[in-house]
Amino acid sequence: MTQALESFLQALTAGLLIGSVYGLMCVGLGLIFGVMRVINFAHGDFMMLGMYAVFYLFTAFGVQAAFGNAIGPFVAILLAGPLLAAFGYAIHLALISRVSGTRTSSLEGEGHYAQLILTLGIALVLQNGVLIVFGSVLASIRTPLSSSAWEFGPFFDMSVFINKARGVDAIVSLVTMTLLTLLITRSRLGKSLRAAADNPTAATYMGIDVDRAHRVAFALGTGITAIAGGLLATNYPFHPFVGLEYVIVMYAGVVLGGMGSIIGAFWGGMTIGLVQQMSTLVLPTQLQNAAIFVVFLLIIFFRPQGFFGRMVERT
Amino acid sequence: MRALRTLLPVIVLAVLYAAVSLTVTNSYYQLILTLVPVWAIFGLSWNLLSGYTGLISFGHAAFFGIGAYVTALGQIYLDLPPWVLIPIAAMLGGIAGLLIGFPTFRLQGHYFALAMLAYPLAILYVFEWLGFQEVTLPIKRESPIAYMQFGDPRSYTLLALAMLFATILLTLLVERSRFGMALLAIKQNEAAAEAAGINTLAWKLRAIALSGAIAGAIGGFYAVVLLVVTPQSVFGMLVSAQALTVAMFGGVGTVWGPVIGSAILIPLAETLNAEAGSRIPGIQGVIFGLAIICVILLAPEGLFWKIRDLSRKRSASSSPAPSAAQVHSTAEIVPFKSAPRERASAAGDVILDVRNLSRSFGGLKAVQDVSFKLRRNEILGIIGPNGAGKTTLFNLLNGFLKPDAGEVLIDGRDMSGRKPHELCEAGIGRTFQVMRPFLRMSVFDNVVVGTYVRAESDVEARKLAADAIARVGLSDIADRVAGELTTKELRLTELARALAGQPRILLLDETLAGLGHDEANEVVAVIQRLARDGMTIAIIEHTMQAMVRLVDSFLVLDHGAVIVEGEPETVTRDARVIEAYLGKKWVAYAPH
Repeated sequence: MTQALESFLQALTAGLLIGSVYGLMCVGLGLIFGVMRVINFAHGDFMMLGMYAVFYLFTAFGVQAAFGNAIGPFVAILLAGPLLAAFGYAIHLALISRVSGTRTSSLEGEGHYAQLILTLGIALVLQNGVLIVFGSVLASIRTPLSSSAWEFGPFFDMSVFINKARGVDAIVSLVTMTLLTLLITRSRLGKSLRAAADNPTAATYMGIDVDRAHRVAFALGTGITAIAGGLLATNYPFHPFVGLEYVIVMYAGVVLGGMGSIIGAFWGGMTIGLVQQMSTLVLPTQLQNAAIFVVFLLIIFFRPQGFFGRMVERT
Repeated sequence: MRALRTLLPVIVLAVLYAAVSLTVTNSYYQLILTLVPVWAIFGLSWNLLSGYTGLISFGHAAFFGIGAYVTALGQIYLDLPPWVLIPIAAMLGGIAGLLIGFPTFRLQGHYFALAMLAYPLAILYVFEWLGFQEVTLPIKRESPIAYMQFGDPRSYTLLALAMLFATILLTLLVERSRFGMALLAIKQNEAAAEAAGINTLAWKLRAIALSGAIAGAIGGFYAVVLLVVTPQSVFGMLVSAQALTVAMFGGVGTVWGPVIGSAILIPLAETLNAEAGSRIPGIQGVIFGLAIICVILLAPEGLFWKIRDLSRKRSASSSPAPSAAQVHSTAEIVPFKSAPRERASAAGDVILDVRNLSRSFGGLKAVQDVSFKLRRNEILGIIGPNGAGKTTLFNLLNGFLKPDAGEVLIDGRDMSGRKPHELCEAGIGRTFQVMRPFLRMSVFDNVVVGTYVRAESDVEARKLAADAIARVGLSDIADRVAGELTTKELRLTELARALAGQPRILLLDETLAGLGHDEANEVVAVIQRLARDGMTIAIIEHTMQAMVRLVDSFLVLDHGAVIVEGEPETVTRDARVIEAYLGKKWVAYAPH
């Protein structure tokens, strides 16, 4: 009994920890999706780029030497954020903006078809480009924190272990999330993003440059996801095609949370982390991912607009 | 004759392709030639659902994979030949389509697309867990033909080509029938399609079942060609993406799109794989990705539509433009003199009987306890300030919303809470405040969609549509695309679409909104003529001058409730009406 409860608590903790990183990852995509309504299939690969950026910032650009093995990776992660944000900005400027935003009104399906296949093309180039440059060997960011744990307890003969790296990951993720929420809700920039998301036409009339708002959202979203990717990389090894595994989780999280809701995307990602970890209590490990999709489908059948989404249609 | 002309290019291309493939002896190139039709068929299967209905599926690998595994496992465990298994795969693919479609069609837009992503991936992990990581089809040396294991790889190409030919025929058949029209209408405006009497769920289920069946069959064939099936190679995300890629690259919503996409992309990818990939691993993906990016930036809607637009431009610049006078005359409608129509007698049959209808949204009582009767040949004007619940009332009457309480009796039969297409069948036609034309369809096709609820055959549908268009006076511009019309013409097109289903009751929601004075008069004349011909009409409108001339009686709503009901002369003098419209202080100035 005690043992069952202990493993339940351990799985719950693991779920919450990984869930907060998944949450941040989903927020990055949710931001782009919420503001632009563009389905970006390359987002997993932006995250993969973020992982490699962290890796090389840490090992090759002296962050390791300057900050040591424990703090170094997290410094590299915070540097990778802006770097990938700049990359996202450039990608939007050069490619995405040509098939989205104010240019698409004349296109079939508001340009969704073009966006999908364009981002699929970008994903192919990124995956294979990284394969050429960095090779297919599994890379990982080693920090002594990932092999040690904080022990909580024992309470009533039960203790819960928190892997130090994952604990720090969760904290960094929550802090980033809080800062982003403040930016979106409090700042002028955030207001223009929300206005552009809510009603692009009205926003244009109010003097908001909708295409620029899209570009900023795209950059921010890419940067945020890169940070989440860096956090994941302290625990999970990665390779050039790792984006494919995560992009699905990201979309599931965004849909669960309710498209267009930033905080919803966070809780969507959190739900997926929890389902993934808790399902191991009752299911074989191979079915962990199947469980995610089954729970995902069940939730959206009962609540098609997601946790925080709205459904509006005028007749 | 017309059928032959459409089929001719298909036949010529198929024969040419077969001839080319027969000359290729290199088995690797022959495999590429086999895979082109395979992925074209898969793209066509995707196109049949997503291209025509606009519901993008990211999960077509589910059907493909089911087909592949059924064919592989059936041969291993039951020793059945593919000739039997591929039809079974098609059947199971179709059933899977229904099972997936039924719950998932509740979702719309991006939610549908992304939910579809989950099915193949959930199945993928289950197959891995079941231990089917790599399934190899057994080699049957004693009876190779029976097991589709041909010694000559050209046989696979010919077989794939035959399947592609059949799929193209099937797609063309769908495209030109009521099936295809219904799907196109759903794509352009699902609510309008439903209100025009199209059972959208039934058509979408048919589309996904057919699409799943095709995908299942070609998945089974793919397993036979490659002889090895792994979860990733048939259920993986890249498989679903393959369908999207070939279809979108070539052009969505046309039979040629997936074929063009596959014919270009598959040889390109395979050649790159063989030539460049062996030297620098990954370079093939980069080049392939760049090729996709470049083409899609130049032709965002796909190659087919780009080529068509270019060729149209060329032919348009060479042929003389229609003269201005001609264009002008088509837009003109002879104004009608509003001949006095006899007021509908108060003793006429009650066609629509609304009893105590209520509906709330959260705490807001949008419609509360509304009752009224509509008699044959009556025109009822529904007025009230903005937010009074007029459009909500219409939405309750035509089934867009389900009432919380109350009854809607049509000819004495309670129809409240039924779906819009059922109410349309029962005789309710409607137009929309925010217009919902099918913008990419011609006026005629817009109206044809509205006839399906009554018409048994396509011939009858065309006849009903032509009648309805004549009744609103749009016969001259029936061929124009709805996207090019003026507001007045769009309003009349919507009216014709509602008329095409031969309703007995027309619900007109602010049909005069956005029209100038003269235009409004023209539309009023059309409505009057309909009423003279025996139509029963309920109309929401703010323009009181037009309304007073038009209607037999008024129903005045405020805050969701009926405040006054009666003849125009009494209603316009009623203090409560003036108060609701203008505020309390104006009541004193009103003539008594």
